Formats: sequence, C-alpha cells, structure tokens
Amino acid sequence: MRFRAKIVDLACLNHFSRVINTIAKLAKTCTLRLTVSKLYFILSDKVANGGVSMWCELCQGNFFDEFQMEGVAAEHNEIYLELVPENLSRALKTAQSAKAVKIKLTNKHCPCLRVAVELPSLSSSSRIVTHDIPVGVIPRRLWNDFREPSVPDFDVSIYLPVLKTMKCVVERMKNLSNSIVIEANLSGEMNLKIETDLVSVTTHFKDLGNPPWVSEDECQSSAQDRDLESMAEARIDIKKLQQLLAGQQVNPTKALCNIVSKRIVHFILLHEDVSLQYFIPALA
Amino acid sequence: LSRIGDELYLEPTESGLSLRTVNSSRSAFASFLFAPLFFQRYETGGPQPDGELLRCKVLMKSFLSVFRSLPSLEKTVWKCLILLKPRASRLVVQLHCKYGVTKTHNLAFQECERLQAIFDTQRCASSLCAPARVLAEAVVHFPQTLAEVTLGAGPGGKISLRNYVEDEAGEPGGAGGPPPRPWGAGNGPLTHLLPPPEPSKTMVTELWLAEDEFQTVAVTPGSRITFCLKEFRGLLTFAEASNLPLTIHYDVPGRPVVFTLDDTVLEVHLVLATLLDPERSSQPPTANGASHLPAPSDDFADDLESYMIAMETSAYEEGSGAPPSPTFPLRTPRPAESDPEEEEEEEEEEEGAVPGTPPHKKFRSLFFGSVLTPGGPGPAPTQEVLAEDSDGEY
Repeated sequence: MRFRAKIVDLACLNHFSRVINTIAKLAKTCTLRLTVSKLYFILSDKVANGGVSMWCELCQGNFFDEFQMEGVAAEHNEIYLELVPENLSRALKTAQSAKAVKIKLTNKHCPCLRVAVELPSLSSSSRIVTHDIPVGVIPRRLWNDFREPSVPDFDVSIYLPVLKTMKCVVERMKNLSNSIVIEANLSGEMNLKIETDLVSVTTHFKDLGNPPWVSEDECQSSAQDRDLESMAEARIDIKKLQQLLAGQQVNPTKALCNIVSKRIVHFILLHEDVSLQYFIPALA
Repeated sequence: LSRIGDELYLEPTESGLSLRTVNSSRSAFASFLFAPLFFQRYETGGPQPDGELLRCKVLMKSFLSVFRSLPSLEKTVWKCLILLKPRASRLVVQLHCKYGVTKTHNLAFQECERLQAIFDTQRCASSLCAPARVLAEAVVHFPQTLAEVTLGAGPGGKISLRNYVEDEAGEPGGAGGPPPRPWGAGNGPLTHLLPPPEPSKTMVTELWLAEDEFQTVAVTPGSRITFCLKEFRGLLTFAEASNLPLTIHYDVPGRPVVFTLDDTVLEVHLVLATLLDPERSSQPPTANGASHLPAPSDDFADDLESYMIAMETSAYEEGSGAPPSPTFPLRTPRPAESDPEEEEEEEEEEEGAVPGTPPHKKFRSLFFGSVLTPGGPGPAPTQEVLAEDSDGEY
C-alpha cells in the first residue's frame, strides 16, 4: 500500500487547504478514500455523528502535480484511511507560501500521513517542516460501510438561496431554537422556520428555482406529478445546518437541496472540481 | 515577564535595574537588566542597614495595569518616574502626561530575598544564535496550545524543532508508542466488534533549519533538549519586537536552557528547566554523537522506496477468528530501571532543590539549588537563594 502526492502550485494548494478546512468544520473524524483518480472524504451515518453523513469528492488531477497510489491489492486498488481532518488542516495552515507540499503515507511506528512542506528561506537550503498525522488504515472487510450514498427519493428539489444570507439567518435562529424546519416546494419557494414557546420566526425565500432531475424510473415521476405549491418539510438539528453553512469558504457553483418530507434533507454543493453531499436526518 | 510569573521582583543594583520573575513551579526564570544608561536618571539611593540595596516584589498584574494601553501611553506620557518609598512601603510609579496631567500609582510592595537562578552559560556545551525572526517563523508551525518542544542538533548540521508528545506511559514518544490499548495478538473474542481504531494519537510536527540560518552554531551533534514553549514564546515576541538576535545556551537534558538577548542597555536572560530524558539516561552521560534523532526524511531526494508500507495485509484475509486491528503494533514500554537511578544522581547533586514544589511532569527546579552544591556553577557567593516556596509565608 503506497501513496504519495505533491502540490507545487500555490493556487492549488490554497484551494486544497480550503477544501480541507471545510471538511474539518464538518467532521471531527472522517474517512479518506484514495483511488487512482479521486479523493473522497466520507463520513458515514453513525449514531455518534447524530446521523449526518457526508460525501465529498475531489478529482486529484485538479489539485496535485504528482499523484501515485497503490491500493491494498491489484483488484482493490484503493486505500481507506481514518483521520482527523483538523490535523491536516493545521498542517496546511502555515504552508500558504510553500514552495512545495508533499504528502506521503508512511509507517515508521504507526501509520501516518506525512505532510512535508518546503518553505522558502533566506539560507541556501529550504526550511522543511514535516507533520506526521496519525491515521488508521481501514481494512477491506469494512469498506462496504463507506459506499457512495444514493440520491434519496425526494419530494422536492430546490436550489439554495445565497449561502451567505442563509448562513446569517440560520445563525440568528440558532440562538432561539434547537431545531429548524426547512420547507420548500416546486415553485422555487423555501421557508426556514423556527418555533418556540415565545416566538416563531419564518424567513421566506422565493424565485430560487428547482433543478431539473432526469427521472429514469417510475418513482421519480411521482415528484413531477406533485402539486407545485405544496411544501415538503423536514425538521432538522439547527446546529448541523449551521455547521454546514459556516464551513463553506467559497461560494459554490451550484447549491441545492433535496427534501424527503419528514425524513431527511440532502444537500449538494458543487464547485468546479469538488462536490460535497451532506445528509441531515429529520428529527423525530 | 507576565507570561512567566505572577510577581515582579525589582532589584536595583549598581549595574542597573533588574526586573525578574519566576514561575510557580520554579521551572522558569527570567530577568531583564536595564543599564543606568537606559534611564534618563538612575539613582539607587543609600544601602540598607544590611548592606544591600532595597529589593521588592509587586504583583505583576498591578504593575502591568499602570502601563495598560501602550499606544495611548506613547501618545500622552512624556516622563515616567519610578521610585521606591520604603517607609511608606509603596512603589510609586508616576506618569507625567501631556496637558499637565500627572498620574500617580502607589503599589504596595513586599520586601523579598534576591531572586537568582543558578546558571552559567559558560558551562553549556552547546549554543546557537539566530535572529529572532527566524525562530519566530519556526515556532509558528506549532499549535498555540503546545506545551513542550524539543530542540535538537541533527545530522548535516541541521537544527530541528519538534513538538514533544508524551505517552500515557509517561515515555517520550513521537508518532510512535501507541497508548496502551488492549489489542494485538491474544485478544478476546469480542475484538472484531471494536470499531476501527481511532487515530487518537497526536500529530507530530518537526521543523528543520539549516545551519546557515543561524548567526552562530556551536552544538554537540546529536544533542537535544525539551523545554516549555509557552514561556519561550513570550521572550520571542519581545525579541522580535526589539529586533535583537537570540542566543540559546544548552547542555544535557535536565540541565536548564538559557536564552539571552543582548543590547547596549539591556541584558535579558530566560532560564527554563529542561526535561530529563529517560531514554538518554540509560546511556553513558558522555555519549558523543549517539544520536537519537531520526534523520531528516529523505523524501526530498524523491526516494520512492524509503517508506514502503509494511502493512500486514495478510490480516485482512482472515475471515473467521478474531482479527485484531492490524494497524498498531504493540510496543512494550521501555524498562524504567534506568530512571530511578538517574533521578537519584540528580537528587544528590541538587540537594538544595526546592522541597515541596511538585515537579511539573519531569521538570525539576534544578537551578534553584543551594549555594553549597558541590561544584555548582555560580555567581558570587554573597547571593542568597530562595530555599523555600515563599507562597506559604503569605
């Protein structure tokens, strides 16, 4: 099992750091899946996470100048690692002016992801900082736990409002209530509602637009037969929503959510070279 | 100084005004000596009946509050007068400001013994001197919460800084030495129900600086010491602000490390205790060049084979049975016999070590020993050393 990669371009490094920072805000521990062409940051929906799950996919070619990977075996050419993304985020934090950053999977005393940052210095040789991030290697028999989640059979799919605005609203609401109701319909309207004993607050968004989903089978057509005005809603933990919104450092190219009434909300945030899916289950 | 201790000791001497402090566990001492030239006027007054000049200590917080807002001070204050009134038991700090405003602060002081750490930079085997900026840039890679850092002299003349990680077993570790968790061969039948191992061990960060980043390098190859980063950061901030080069004098682990800043009118010393290294203690004390430092990784020479993963992939094929989590090999803790031996030796040497001060981990107050320490290094014998934790008296 081998992995080594190198980033030389500063813009790529900054971009990669931002992705890692976002992941770090969403999960304390997550799984990194490496394949020949992609990296995935996966959080599976265990009870410990409060039922949220995350699937983030990056094309390695967009970030790394060099990328070499050899999986556990020829027919399973992948590596699954468990790591604390905050560590990776910290390692990259002070690398913003680096000449090069190399990442390597090593096993000196225990498996580690070694991040080596080459920094410019006034002396003849560069300054080198290495960060050994301890990782856990996930054995093949557990790989099934980390399969890509399928798009749920949603009732409504709608584009999200400007994330910054949504974040501000949710942050203020967080002070008043622990749960928030997201409801939306197929006419491009979305409401964020909180209700407590003393007060209820609703923020209305309209003209958001509904993304067109290609329905391949019968079940999706039920969504199309749906009354355009009727709202699908789900009550979710407001902190989880706030975490998701606060973690976004760059405005995504496309941001949408799929609501399965009273069951789950599926967020999809797409950037040029990164896609992030986040599932927040509805509260009982 | 406030980063280190809670009390500020003021000691006027013929060679200037010395401001000193020590931390509660007596593992850090700092002194700033301002030469008379630094001041517009410097008068020590007459000696006390016991032949010594009056010394006092005040609460750090009280003293700092006088100088609370630096920018506004610079704009409004044109003269600052500090005088000691022994009869009134007051330290007076008078700020003469613009527009005829005078602010007078009367601080209560306590008389005290002379605070002096025993150290001798001449006896330190290794020394380094670097512009403060280089060290500040080095330290930025370590998290703010990091307690201890290890400074070492590595191969090729490179100097390394590494965060110090302590195992649960109390052994120095790096990204090695897993905490003693019950896995490995011979585990119970329920092992397979355990969740995949959590990478709960600490991240290890290591920085290598080339020799030519320093102004002077005179180190014993393979030497290294571990000291507290927090107190060092305080000095580093000062050094950077005043643009002075910082000199580091150190010896073997266990003996204090001395940081100095030198200027025409200011002399600064920061003395920190260093960690007694149980690994090293099993070695003969005059180990020369026996380096425990891992070599700087060869990655940068692009050596593909250096770090092949030696995973026990065979463990994955096991269907039945209780496959132990294959990632962390059991590591037996080092035998600790060498430890008490070394500690005994140290205790003999430092018989005057401050009793009743709980050693912070393995840091010892090694430099507040009695003047009677045989062969102890030291300044002039007229000084008295704090033999007891003065906190108990008040």
